[in-house]
Amino acid sequence: MKDRFNFYRFASPATFYPLAGALIPFFVAISVLFGLAGLYLGMLVAPTDFQQGEGYRIIFIHVPASWMSMFIYLVMAFWAAIGLAFNTRLSGMMAQALAPTGALMAFISLWTGALWGKPMWGAWWVWDARLTSELILLFLYIGYMALTAAIDDARRADKAGGLLLLVGVVNVPIIYFSVKWWNTLHQGSSVNLAKSSMAQTMLWGMLLMAMCFWMYSIAVALMRVRTIMLERERNTDWVKAVLEGEGK
Amino acid sequence: MIYWNSFADFLAMGGYGFYVWGSFGLTALIMAIEPIIVARNQKTTIARLKRQLRAESRADNRNTAE
Repeated sequence: MKDRFNFYRFASPATFYPLAGALIPFFVAISVLFGLAGLYLGMLVAPTDFQQGEGYRIIFIHVPASWMSMFIYLVMAFWAAIGLAFNTRLSGMMAQALAPTGALMAFISLWTGALWGKPMWGAWWVWDARLTSELILLFLYIGYMALTAAIDDARRADKAGGLLLLVGVVNVPIIYFSVKWWNTLHQGSSVNLAKSSMAQTMLWGMLLMAMCFWMYSIAVALMRVRTIMLERERNTDWVKAVLEGEGK
Repeated sequence: MIYWNSFADFLAMGGYGFYVWGSFGLTALIMAIEPIIVARNQKTTIARLKRQLRAESRADNRNTAE
């Protein structure tokens, strides 16, 4: 054990475990702050939408959840690529820690979409390109979790799961660009950097909610990765030291 | 500043109450329960690993005593 200070130090579970533990309260706190500010702007201050009435307020969670469902998948695919290329221990744990949260985000996206679709389109569900590809994303998350859970050897589970993640990543641009590539019932993007079609308070409400969801996802994934670390590294000295440090 | 005239107005959501609160309600539920489940898993994992560790060290002690 050399005392070299470099990037790889943080890739070691023994270093990352206490670091993650220290960061969790910070991410929880800013997630709550962003959430309160976003809900205040979106639910109390923002005006109504002249086409959709008050039903449009569903987008304050629908859009952030949809963004996170795609973003978390990309992050998992990134960790999968790192893990397959460099055979790092931490990357597989990170991907596994993110999967349930990503699946829940995809589920929230579909659920809120259905509750928005019923009054606006007259249907809970249509086999539209956007909706169908988001459903496939949910199945990819579930498939990844089932596959990694079915393989006893953690490193082999990471490899198989990582391949699934990398193959499935093709679905993310399909979701994102589906409203441009095909004639979908789903409306186009409301947020546009050049000119947004939304009122300022609506836009800010949505961005704050997106930050809330983002920080929430980081906090929960850090909580989950710590459990995975203890489980997988249970025979190492550092885990034994952590266990002895825990109160009786 | 506040858009709504009354609390009843806020709850009714212009007739979209069921859809809006159905969305926010389930999302809030998920985001409250997920961290609780994860935290409980952490606790039970630590307790189980500690039991295993104690069992192992007892076994080690017996082996050295013999």
